[in-house]
Amino acid sequence: MDDFLAARLQMTVSFVFHIVFACIGMTMPWLMFAAELKWIKTGRKVYLDLSKAWARGVAIFFAVGAVSGTVLSFELGLLWPKFMEHAGAIIGMPFSWEGTAFFLEAIALGVFLYGRDRVNKRVHLFSGLLVGIAGVVSGIFVVAANAWMNSPSGFDWVNGQAINIDPVKAMFNKAWFQQALHMTIAAFASTSFAVAGVHAFMLLRHKGNEFHRGAIHIALLFGAVAAILQPLSGDISAKNVAKLQPAKLAAMESLFKTSEPASLVIGGIPDEEKEEVKYGIHIPHLLSFLAHGDPNAEVEGLDKTSKENWPPVAIVHFAFQIMVFMGMLMMGAGILFLIFNFKWKENLDKRWWLKLLVWLTPVGFIAVEAGWIVTEVGRQPWIIYGIMKTKDAVTPMPGVQYPFFLITLIYLALTFLVFILMRRQITAVHKNPQNINSHD
Amino acid sequence: MTELVILVLGIAVLFYVLLGGADFGAGIVELVTGKRGIDTISKAIAPVWEANHIWLILAVVILFNGFPLVYTTLTTYLHIPLFIILLGIIFRGTAFTFRYYDTVKDNSHKYYTQLFRISSLLTPFFLGVTLGAIMLGKIPAQVDGTFYAIFVAPWLNLFSFTTGIFLTLLFGWLAAIYLLGEAQDEESFQTFAKTSRIFFVLLVVSGLSVFLVSEMHELNFFSRFLHSSVAIGCVLVATAIIPFLWAGIRQRNNLQTRFLAGVQTACILTGWFAIQFPVMIYLADGSALTIQNSQAPERTISLLVYALVAGILLIFPAFAYLFKVFKFSQNKQG
Repeated sequence: MDDFLAARLQMTVSFVFHIVFACIGMTMPWLMFAAELKWIKTGRKVYLDLSKAWARGVAIFFAVGAVSGTVLSFELGLLWPKFMEHAGAIIGMPFSWEGTAFFLEAIALGVFLYGRDRVNKRVHLFSGLLVGIAGVVSGIFVVAANAWMNSPSGFDWVNGQAINIDPVKAMFNKAWFQQALHMTIAAFASTSFAVAGVHAFMLLRHKGNEFHRGAIHIALLFGAVAAILQPLSGDISAKNVAKLQPAKLAAMESLFKTSEPASLVIGGIPDEEKEEVKYGIHIPHLLSFLAHGDPNAEVEGLDKTSKENWPPVAIVHFAFQIMVFMGMLMMGAGILFLIFNFKWKENLDKRWWLKLLVWLTPVGFIAVEAGWIVTEVGRQPWIIYGIMKTKDAVTPMPGVQYPFFLITLIYLALTFLVFILMRRQITAVHKNPQNINSHD
Repeated sequence: MTELVILVLGIAVLFYVLLGGADFGAGIVELVTGKRGIDTISKAIAPVWEANHIWLILAVVILFNGFPLVYTTLTTYLHIPLFIILLGIIFRGTAFTFRYYDTVKDNSHKYYTQLFRISSLLTPFFLGVTLGAIMLGKIPAQVDGTFYAIFVAPWLNLFSFTTGIFLTLLFGWLAAIYLLGEAQDEESFQTFAKTSRIFFVLLVVSGLSVFLVSEMHELNFFSRFLHSSVAIGCVLVATAIIPFLWAGIRQRNNLQTRFLAGVQTACILTGWFAIQFPVMIYLADGSALTIQNSQAPERTISLLVYALVAGILLIFPAFAYLFKVFKFSQNKQG
């Protein structure tokens, strides 16, 4: 296997694995905190059980996420040393802030998990909130660093060296806000729907169980709001990409020729050789409107970019379609939930609704993975957009396929084990409710 | 400003060795004590190991932000040992978490335990190997030569392995000392006390062999050591502490024991740092990456200092609180 390809695939595998845990780490503390609040407000024990059960989930996911995040912080240098040699000084700052947030998150989680009987009630509740805040904040810092790769700023590139470095400008680059917003909402939508799906699965088996009903309700409140907001943030993101990375937008839409007005292509199979899309549905004017807010605006196509600098069009196009489709599914379910919650409450206990939720369990994470494929593959061949090519950043060490295979195997095994572990956690709730937090 | 960054880097390394080291060391201790230690060890490290682990991440972030060239030199030429360190981190963290949280106790726990212990050995050893490689000066200045010469020879040598063994023993010893204060009954206290004595003797022997082997590699470690008054002072302090440390163990004064072991470790690290200063990595062509020639531009360094200071102001009180709640509560109850 080609070393460059192996390095890219290893990064992909590490990232695909980590992002799931990162999403859960950003969102699940909030679910846990909401359950804790409900327990304090209503005094109903199911919410206490729920808070404890979710806290254990948070602990497991946090541990795995902390580990896979450490792996990434090394891999940046192990696989892309030339990138880090230049980027480290420019974009290291958000990582140092992220370190602080991460520290606080770990400490607060320790207090929340193990301190229920040891610390003051308010401190305990506050520690739960702090886990959630720190999780979201550290996510935002890391996404800001990624946004810099898409929209490099805060330095001058002279003869292959970065000079006049300004890390503040680099962090607050033109893409950081749009990306951070989109990712944060995505984390909430994906995790909440996954949590709701798992509890719906259990509720189907244990009819009328209050524990699972409460869980679904809390999770879907977060999930529905996030899923309904997400298309708006997606629109903001798309307009920004149209401005900053026209080639990426063109690849997402498989727009080979610059058009005025441009139509939106839904589905279809892009053919990079012939520069056309087969079988797609074309909606006139819509892309012009979505990208620039004007139905007759010109949208830059791939023809404006020399072919050697094209991203892999088909992958980006498919990933984008998948992301949008999954997002729409969640939005639809979110709207239904809010309607049912407002009126026709009885539907929320219907089998078809619970089954639907079970089917939607992985949908959010699929959307997140697809979205990151759009961002990352859509930036290729660049690692720093317009500045440094990915192939020039790769490690000089041959034989990268071996660590790649190893990491892939390990992550597959870990995925399997986490799955088993969670299944045991969830079934244990029914066998012996006292078992929860047996270590306290 | 750079001095401050180096200071925080030093603190991060020290805390990682003391805290993260004790957590990894706990797995090493478990190799020695077997089943008898498991309960104490699990309870002792569960609430703190993640927070402790982040000192390493902090050190990595300081390196790639403040000294990118040092970071990329390490990741390029020491790719293999660093990757093994990662494997250890992955397996130790997940095996421990799975063992601790798994609600069903069955055969899988045996595998988690095996994995936990072996990976607890892997990371400290290869961390030590990495530190040895930094001192040895076999890391090439550029990618030029055979795969073996560039990516293997810098760390696959007697000196690096000696430092690897030293760090492993140090972690094990720190864990044994730390676990003394966590022991819930007399029997396990005696087990950990015995383990700490064994590790201490091995540690001294392995420390001496680091010096010996360095002479074989013509590193002039010993004469460099004799020329550094700081390093000599550190060794004197570390030696002078020994009787008090033993007394602390005998009198069951766990706070005293922990503190003194921490001071000794700080002495070892400071002494090493004094000998190494201002070099970060010795290179094969006789040159070196130093603090001065590898640091990021000034603006990056000053922003890093602000971030670190702000971070420390937030983290230290929180950290102290975490330890107050979990680590000193037994003293209060007792």
